[in-house]
Amino acid sequence: MTIPPVPPAFYLVLSGILFTIGVIGALTRRNAIVVFMCIELMLNSVNLSFITFSRFLQSIEGVLFAFFVIAVAAAEASVGLAIFVMLYRSRETINVDEVNLLKW
Amino acid sequence: MLDYVWLVPLFPATGFILNGLFGRRLGKKAVSWIGPSAIGLAFFTSILIFFELLKRTPSERLFEKIIFDWVVSGSFHTVIGYQIDPLSILMALVVTGVSFFIHIYSVGYMHDDPGYIRYFAYLNLFVFMMLNLVLANNFLLMFVGWEGVGLCSYLLIGFWFEKDSASNAGKKAFVVNRVGDFGFLLGMFLLFTSLGKHGIWTLDFTEVFSNANKLDTATVTAITILLFIGACGKSAQIPLYVWLPDAMEGPTPVSSLIHAATMVTAGVYMVARCNVLYSMAPLSMAIVAMIGVATAIFTASIGFCQNDIKKVLAYSTISQLGYMFLGVGVGAYSAGIFHLMTHAFFKGLLFLGAGSVMHALSGELDMRKMGALRKKIPITFWTFFIATLAIAGIPGLSGFFSKDEILWQAFSSSHGHFLLWLVAAVAAGMTAFYMFRALFLTFFGESRVDPHVAHHIHESPRIMTIPLIILAVLSVIGGYVGVPHVLGGANHIHEFLAPVVGGSEALKGHAAVSLIAQAWASGGESSAHSAALELLMMVISVIIALIGIGMAYLFYIKNPALPKLMAERWKGLYTLVANKYYVDEIYQVLFVNSIKKLGVGLWKGFDDFVIDGTVNGIAILIGWISGVMRRVQTGLVQNYAFSMIVGGLILILYYIVRVLFY
Repeated sequence: MTIPPVPPAFYLVLSGILFTIGVIGALTRRNAIVVFMCIELMLNSVNLSFITFSRFLQSIEGVLFAFFVIAVAAAEASVGLAIFVMLYRSRETINVDEVNLLKW
Repeated sequence: MLDYVWLVPLFPATGFILNGLFGRRLGKKAVSWIGPSAIGLAFFTSILIFFELLKRTPSERLFEKIIFDWVVSGSFHTVIGYQIDPLSILMALVVTGVSFFIHIYSVGYMHDDPGYIRYFAYLNLFVFMMLNLVLANNFLLMFVGWEGVGLCSYLLIGFWFEKDSASNAGKKAFVVNRVGDFGFLLGMFLLFTSLGKHGIWTLDFTEVFSNANKLDTATVTAITILLFIGACGKSAQIPLYVWLPDAMEGPTPVSSLIHAATMVTAGVYMVARCNVLYSMAPLSMAIVAMIGVATAIFTASIGFCQNDIKKVLAYSTISQLGYMFLGVGVGAYSAGIFHLMTHAFFKGLLFLGAGSVMHALSGELDMRKMGALRKKIPITFWTFFIATLAIAGIPGLSGFFSKDEILWQAFSSSHGHFLLWLVAAVAAGMTAFYMFRALFLTFFGESRVDPHVAHHIHESPRIMTIPLIILAVLSVIGGYVGVPHVLGGANHIHEFLAPVVGGSEALKGHAAVSLIAQAWASGGESSAHSAALELLMMVISVIIALIGIGMAYLFYIKNPALPKLMAERWKGLYTLVANKYYVDEIYQVLFVNSIKKLGVGLWKGFDDFVIDGTVNGIAILIGWISGVMRRVQTGLVQNYAFSMIVGGLILILYYIVRVLFY
């Protein structure tokens, strides 16, 4: 028996769930690295919807954008982690609530 | 040659640039050559142009030279252009001629002054501006000259600016002149807009005057009165005459050139130039004549009690300017200009003579400390004497012809009146009195000179006496260009000026103008009838002048104690006149103080409260709003991210709602 193909809506719902988890994590967690991981999760959920639409619409652009997002995410990871290292060296914490020099 | 009219103002302008910018490097000697020779060349060019103009027939004596476009805006078009006609060339001759001699005189007079170079730069600039004023072919360029001479006057009155009195006098002259200039400007605006209503957007003299008949009498009256306010300021007439006596703080040649011979006559010139407009407004002419004659007698009476020789001459200048305005006010424009010319000669000479006296007496101005100088400085005495005879109106000298022409016109012209003549004739007698009083106090009687000064009284050097002699000659013969018909003369100056001031052909349609034209034309015919009357008037005015001289002789030579007795007898009157009728004090209270109060009120009330309040209020408000708004900047990254997501959600919600409900 053949397994029927997964309908695109399933992928999109999964993508939405992943994105929401990412948003909630980014807003609620205090550890900078966790916040960062949540942002990566949001990016990847978007990637998933890109691929889905690419497949669904029979178009290559979505895949291309996914590659761009991966490349940007990689660059962001290196910069972001470097910032956290420097942050830890100067403040001895990576709790984002304590990094609030730029407030009123 | 007419094409080279631009050379006339160019020479003084070059002189100003050379002296003003490079004077210090060129040295005193070069400046003494550049200054007078620039004016000399302008004088020479004017003479050539004058003779060129004489070759033409009288009706063709009008030439305009456009140098370049100046203001071009829509249908309005003004040029830098010079106009040569009998009136402007006569003024140019008087201006350049008299200033040439005064420049030469100044080389001697100002020789040891530290500001020598600056002095000649200003003087050249003045002549340049004055030539712009008289040669301009439109109101706007005339106004540039008008303001330019005002500036030079201010600079030269305050020439010795270290002295408080000099710099204050300069400021006073400038401020009072601004009042007049305001009137001039308004008159010009009104003229421009009211002609514009007829589709003629121009300030060019020829076009304005040939289209003047399109204006109604009320408008023309308003325009001419406003212009006359300008003339009152510049030519020191009631009520704006107060600056001229103070202007004597400047160097004496400046008083002679600017505040007697040339600049102050600009108002008379302007009225004569606008004769077409004035002829259309009989009310304005009456005002001009009455202000003129009132000024003449009022300031002549102040001249009685002045002890400063230059102040006497200053009041005399104002009084003589009053005569000129009387002349132009009764429609005798050529008589007014004639008196302007002869006055330039003899009043210029009187001031230079006073300068020579000051030179001899180490700067003494008080006539009570002079006396018996006749033998010690003979050239100064004789030239001063000739000028005094001329201004007193003794027959045979220039002042007699011009003053008598005005007196006769004041009586006989269609705008004239017996009262105008009477007041003017009395003022003429007063002129004779105070001028001879000055002469007697200075040169006759016993010496009252300070003994320290007395032993080095000396005649001025030749560079100063030669201009005196030349001007004295002119004061004598200057009148023979205008000998009236009744004395067997040809009245050349009247004939010469007739194309400009005799009423324009284009205006014949206008009722008031044609009336004047008729009066003008019938003047020739009726001259036979009135010749006897004119002669009688002449004799009367000579008798009045002789009475004035006789009184002066009685008071100051025969019985020198008499003036003091009189002063004590009528003490109140004497104090009133000696204090110049307290006009300065009245103006101080009426205008200066009230404007000061208004200024302080505006400063405290409006500036401090309204303006500063508004600006500071806005600043405080913005500060307060910022204080509230900055709470948004929590410094927490997650807050920012939250607001971003809320924004995104709102957008999504918006699209969903739109899709669902529309």
